[in-house]
Amino acid sequence: MSESDLQPLDGNAAAGLLGEMFWRDMTTATGICAGCGSEGPFAEARLFASAMGSVLRCPHCDNVLLRAARTPRGVWLDMQGFRSLTFTPTPDAN
Amino acid sequence: MTEAQPVAGVPRRLLWSRAEVVSLRDDTPRVRSLTLAVADWPGHLAGQHVDVRLTAEDGYQAQRSYSIASPPEAPLLELTVETISDGEVSPYLTGELRPGDIFELRGPIGGYFVWSERQPGPLVLIGGGSGVVPLMAMLRHRAIAGPTQPALLVYSSRNWDEIIYRDELERLAAADPSLRIVHTLTRAQPQGWQGFRRRVDKAMLEELGVPALASPNLFICGPTPMVETAAQASVELGIDAARIKTERFGPSGG
Repeated sequence: MSESDLQPLDGNAAAGLLGEMFWRDMTTATGICAGCGSEGPFAEARLFASAMGSVLRCPHCDNVLLRAARTPRGVWLDMQGFRSLTFTPTPDAN
Repeated sequence: MTEAQPVAGVPRRLLWSRAEVVSLRDDTPRVRSLTLAVADWPGHLAGQHVDVRLTAEDGYQAQRSYSIASPPEAPLLELTVETISDGEVSPYLTGELRPGDIFELRGPIGGYFVWSERQPGPLVLIGGGSGVVPLMAMLRHRAIAGPTQPALLVYSSRNWDEIIYRDELERLAAADPSLRIVHTLTRAQPQGWQGFRRRVDKAMLEELGVPALASPNLFICGPTPMVETAAQASVELGIDAARIKTERFGPSGG
């Protein structure tokens, strides 16, 4: 496969795909990892993306936080690697 | 529903729009900026990106993300794209597109890696290669808004000819005593080069006075190893991790 365009490799880059489903920006959310309990911004998680789908991993313990794939039936999403997600308004988004 | 607003976090359906190429500019031998007219563009914040989607005649689609280079105040959208020779999208964007051509994009996307002049505190931008693009949107926004806080850009390039926006950065710094721009050239340096010649590291940030800044906002964008090193160094220098925002890129997976 030749898909070596430079691409973002963290949670910032999942904003488009998740925006399709949630109609809001997910990257500013704070998540707690179900694997190690560490807390951090969604945008700072590590992204492994391909044409098939995306996997988001915890930067601390490598736990799979989120998996997303496009299937013939629609977009499939597994977020069980997050214990929780907190959404706080940013100064620019009241 | 509220009306569409250019702010992150406000519910807004992310739809594909038609972007028309207005003009092209070569920044370096491998980097080209595209100025685009986008139908119904809702506005953006400095640091956000767009998704670009190309569709072949047989229906095959390829999608990539590109940072926005233009400030929120600009009437037209600018993307700055580095050509990756075996990439699926960038060679088309930088090599094939002509003024008047149309392609699909959606955005603005991402509310995390964004900065506004209204955000209090000095601004520290650390960029590597084309990681400077979203940082340039911030500097252009800052210049238009009227700087109220000091800013520092530490910009790592392989060599002098690969510095993106080199002349414009020089003009911005010349016009604004509160803006400092520091280049480091990691592979080759021009004759008589007095500046840094290594990757961004802790000693460099220390020498540039980053630890002495009161409550700075740090934005770090570039290849993953550079981002990790700079972010780790900043934390070790006592910068509050909550004020360090990062965006990593590299070759996309196969």
